[in-house]
Amino acid sequence: MEARPRTSVAGPASKARKKSPYSSWFYLPAAIVYAVLFLVPTVTSFYFSLTRWSIFDSQFIGFDNYVTFFREPALVSGLWHTVVYAVITSGLKVVLGLGLAVLLTSQIIGRGYLRSVVFFPVLVSTIGVGLTFTILMDPEDGLINESLSLLGITGPGWLTDPSYALVSVALVDVWKGVGLATLIYIAGIVSIPQEYFEAARVDGATAWQNFRSIVLPLARPATFTVILLSLIGGLRSFDLIWAMTRGGPGFTSDVIASVIYKQYQAGFYGLSTAGNVVLFLLVTAIIFPLSRYLNSKEVDL
Amino acid sequence: MTAAVSASSRRPRKNVVLSIVAILLSVVVFLVPFAFILLTAVKSRQEASRLDFTWPTQFQFVQNFVDVVQARDYMLIIAFINSTILTVASVSIMVVLAAMVAFVLQRRRTRWTGFINFLVLSGLIIPPAVVPTIWVLQKLGLFRTMPGLILVEVAFGLSFCILLFRAFIATVPRELDEAAIIDGAGPLRLFFRVILPLLKSVIITCVVVQSVTVFNDFVNPLYFLPGDQNATVQLTLYNFSSSYSTQYNLLFMDILLITIPPLIMFLFFNKRIVAGMTAGAIKG
Amino acid sequence: MKRRQIGLAVLSAAALALSACSAGSLGSSDEDSGGGKVTLSFLTDNQPETVKIAEGLAKDFTAKNPDITINVETRPQGTEGDNIVKTRLSTGDMTDIFMYNSGSLMQALAPQKNLTAVDEFADKLDDNFKKSVGSDGKIYGVPFGNYMAGAILYNKDVYDKNGLKVPTTWAEFDANNAKLKAAGVDPVIQTYGETWTSQLFILGDYYNVEASTPGWAEQYTKNQAKYATTPAAKAGFDHLQEVHDKGYVNKDFASAKLTDGLNKLAKGEGAQYPILSAMLSQLIADNPGTENKIGLFAIPGNDAAKNGLTVWAPNGLYIPSSTTGDKLEAAKKFLGFVASPEGCESLGKASQPTGPYAVSGCKLPDSVPQAVKDMQTYIDKQGASGLALEFLSPVKGPALEQICVEVGSGIRKSDAAAKLYDEDVKKQAQQLGLEGW
Repeated sequence: MEARPRTSVAGPASKARKKSPYSSWFYLPAAIVYAVLFLVPTVTSFYFSLTRWSIFDSQFIGFDNYVTFFREPALVSGLWHTVVYAVITSGLKVVLGLGLAVLLTSQIIGRGYLRSVVFFPVLVSTIGVGLTFTILMDPEDGLINESLSLLGITGPGWLTDPSYALVSVALVDVWKGVGLATLIYIAGIVSIPQEYFEAARVDGATAWQNFRSIVLPLARPATFTVILLSLIGGLRSFDLIWAMTRGGPGFTSDVIASVIYKQYQAGFYGLSTAGNVVLFLLVTAIIFPLSRYLNSKEVDL
Repeated sequence: MTAAVSASSRRPRKNVVLSIVAILLSVVVFLVPFAFILLTAVKSRQEASRLDFTWPTQFQFVQNFVDVVQARDYMLIIAFINSTILTVASVSIMVVLAAMVAFVLQRRRTRWTGFINFLVLSGLIIPPAVVPTIWVLQKLGLFRTMPGLILVEVAFGLSFCILLFRAFIATVPRELDEAAIIDGAGPLRLFFRVILPLLKSVIITCVVVQSVTVFNDFVNPLYFLPGDQNATVQLTLYNFSSSYSTQYNLLFMDILLITIPPLIMFLFFNKRIVAGMTAGAIKG
Repeated sequence: MKRRQIGLAVLSAAALALSACSAGSLGSSDEDSGGGKVTLSFLTDNQPETVKIAEGLAKDFTAKNPDITINVETRPQGTEGDNIVKTRLSTGDMTDIFMYNSGSLMQALAPQKNLTAVDEFADKLDDNFKKSVGSDGKIYGVPFGNYMAGAILYNKDVYDKNGLKVPTTWAEFDANNAKLKAAGVDPVIQTYGETWTSQLFILGDYYNVEASTPGWAEQYTKNQAKYATTPAAKAGFDHLQEVHDKGYVNKDFASAKLTDGLNKLAKGEGAQYPILSAMLSQLIADNPGTENKIGLFAIPGNDAAKNGLTVWAPNGLYIPSSTTGDKLEAAKKFLGFVASPEGCESLGKASQPTGPYAVSGCKLPDSVPQAVKDMQTYIDKQGASGLALEFLSPVKGPALEQICVEVGSGIRKSDAAAKLYDEDVKKQAQQLGLEGW
């Protein structure tokens, strides 16, 4: 266990009275781990992204890594794909999550079963899901295209056609993640006071009007949460893409996180870190202003 | 919850058509992939290679199970041991450290509070810088070691737990602290004997959610703990996927086995997970 | 009661955290054993064939030297594995023996610093192999495996049925393809489900590049020659684009894997498969009775008179400089075993040889597959074979696989691809600190 409380007395000179019972040293163990393994790497990444680096020695080369990053079409497209991927996944999670939540809070048979089945994929290994869907999406023998052909539809090469690969992976991401969005929306909808619905019923409102003028506006905090969470997840996404396409065919489903990994594999540590910094900037440039904007909206309500 | 229930009792009829459509769709979209995993996992090699969604002509559950477990010198067993150690150790440390931070953070306001809150939020949002983290671990002699990976998981998971705990501690009345202090409790006793026991429900939530996250983590072991001897289950699955490119029955048996721990968590702690994920999400 | 429970919980959490540390380290080191016996760790890549050979060598060696046991560990293939090897070497926690590429990839390991020289085996090794594991007049490894070619495997039955002759120029190859397509057979098999298989038209074409512009590798290393501006070098990309544009490839090229490709070739669904000759053993293992049905020819170039085979020297077994004392002694003994006819025999037992040996005194049995005999013909003929580019120049970009997939799938044109690859290579050259970049 931890050291005896005696050590806790150490610290800035206590005021006249006894020290606060909420000792600052409670921060210490967490702060050390967090600072050493999260803050230090984050801060030093800015320096290392300006070097040619082999872990053991680094050579300062100015902005060359960034120049390489933005000159190589394969890397720049990764930036664009990241945004597309994040927007598709978070957009679909909002729409489908809200739809499912409304459905699953309505009068419906098997509600418990439906909630469970929609949510369970959230808990399953991303790699497992990725490998499974890679096989289900096989263009020739995959279950999806075989089923479609029964309906007389020729399915595309989900993961092998350059124009579909990124979207296909995004769809699997939605399949896996929509349960969480649904859950958040359910919590939001359930917390809407019943009086609103009763008043609406008195006015003879239709279900659609109920949805438009009660659920939609009052579930707005849930929407914000879903958007933020899925954008953060989407921008950083790596596991699923790596398990399904490894960025292929060619570079058509490469995102920044997979570019970072590939450069790391190739031993280009400086370039890889530059990719990390680009991702950092992208995430902060999108998430911080967005969350501020959404929070201000929330206050307006 | 109660509001919804009372509303439901008042509404007249269940919508049968919609229900049937929803259930059918759920079967196709969500159950078929899992059924596919299950069926393929028990098929023979030839049958599995056709990738059909059919009933197996012969069940090879035991044989496939034994084959997967024995593959590469019981790699899967080693991986399960490693994953268990990783999950148990990192989640225990994470929970204790996060609760301590959340407690002080919620109880005592100083000019640092805002800054600390900012750091906590940053931990949720900012993507970790991978290679510099390897560099730090290397300097500490922790790269490619289990303790190193445990600490990395702790560092990356702290923020979520802190937010979860802080929200809960806000509902614990301060009078309790004061009573304990009057009784002469120091900070440690106050925290471990008075506060921590009250956090039981939120601790379980946090443990369950983070266990699933750490157990399913692929990226961090990939970067920070390479090497067969240290492989975690996710890495093993990923590595198996190339060597099993012709033995889909074994690949899917592996996927099946790896899906079981989260399934157990889900069956036992469904409510907790749901509570934790929504609460954490909304506060975050 | 409650208090005790919590205290217990915290205690057990702490205990678990502690035990985790020891268990974690237990996972990574189980190499000690007592009294006179030595246990060596041996790292290879995780290709099933490689693992089988490694385990076979280890077993046969231990049978002769009961005091020494060898544990085989594996790592991923490709760039991922390269990186692991480099990292473990430079952090000093490499296994006692390891298998790794020969040639310039091995040179990139800084052999003088990281490896132990094994000159005592020099007179047992073939000259070409010595070239590829030597540095500053010292030799650092012994061969793990056989010579390998980057060439085209073809189905002889399909060739006979359609009355085709082995092509020596690209024009003849193209004519064959047209006939095969008309006959309803997929002329060229491609398998981008495993991206590395896409590179053969470029990597296996190097003999032709060197034949038309001697010394190209050297200029290339010095940043004086480029793929995009050397027609002979760009030809590989052009060929890859051509087979796609003319519809010569199998329909499922984008998702097919190596195994699918080999099976297609064996069954005659496809006629020709540009691939590494080492994949023969898997082909034969999965399709018994095809030993003499599959032939091999070099990737054709422009000039029939200058047609020859691009070969890869076998991988090497190396001892890192971190191996010392008894273990070093034992490791050298093991290398000596591998570089002897007994070693070759053990190798051949684990897997049918798919190319000539690089150890003197080792003879291929008569039962080797037809394709290996075809290969031997090229190698026996003076000047009809040459080392692949990666043995002659350290410059190899990490994205060649993806670029080839793009060209072979019609996503990118060959001109643009050659330029892109030249850019890709630049990063590598700069990281290596080569002059002129």
